[in-house]
Amino acid sequence: MSSPAGSLSVKLLLFATYAELVGRDQVLLEVPSPATVADVVRRFRTSWPGADRVPDRPMAAVNRVHARPETPVADGDEVALLPPLAGG
Amino acid sequence: MVHLTRTAINVAALTTATAGPADGGIATFIGLVRDHHDGREVLRLEYTAFEPMAEVEAERIVQEAEARWPVRIGLRHRLGTLEIGDIAVAVVAVSAHRGPAFDACRHVIEEVKRRVPIWKQESYADGTVGWVDPTAAGRGRENADRADPAAARGYG
Repeated sequence: MSSPAGSLSVKLLLFATYAELVGRDQVLLEVPSPATVADVVRRFRTSWPGADRVPDRPMAAVNRVHARPETPVADGDEVALLPPLAGG
Repeated sequence: MVHLTRTAINVAALTTATAGPADGGIATFIGLVRDHHDGREVLRLEYTAFEPMAEVEAERIVQEAEARWPVRIGLRHRLGTLEIGDIAVAVVAVSAHRGPAFDACRHVIEEVKRRVPIWKQESYADGTVGWVDPTAAGRGRENADRADPAAARGYG
């Protein structure tokens, strides 16, 4: 994945309620570099219809590892937004 | 799939596969699909997951428990459509003695609930469906520690 200078591309994965809110289970996003999970979430919530109903600090994972809002993201990363977990 | 399965969980087979001749005790937790939730009649439910991460996270939990206690862990979680009474999750902890088996079994199921990306959609008797949110108002005390998996040891 190549991105314009000064920006990075991430694949945003959506599940359960969050996927229903926007009607799809993945979205490609470009954000200015450097960026954190919080930046990706902010971009998503302001650029997709329905996404403003996703919490502004959702549980998230970067490349399949639990992350925090301040976790950095790199070009090509996979960022997953995880609604409240309900296993078990 | 290793820890996740779309077919019925066989606890006896999981126990046999986990225990060995040096083990003197087995602690087992079995989670079942129940017919009610927040006062509503539940007919069935469907588990979905972020499967690649769920497998990896479940394996991390097993390895952490096996490093912390002298145990071996068997863990299975169902995905797909389940009926009332079906086994949703099983944790088997085997050890030479009961103490570590009980402690590790409890730890693993709590960590599964807190960290493994699995979601549950219930179908109700009135024809509606709903995603279960264990962190919703009124359920916070039982699940207060579910809020921040990134705070788990070794993360964030």
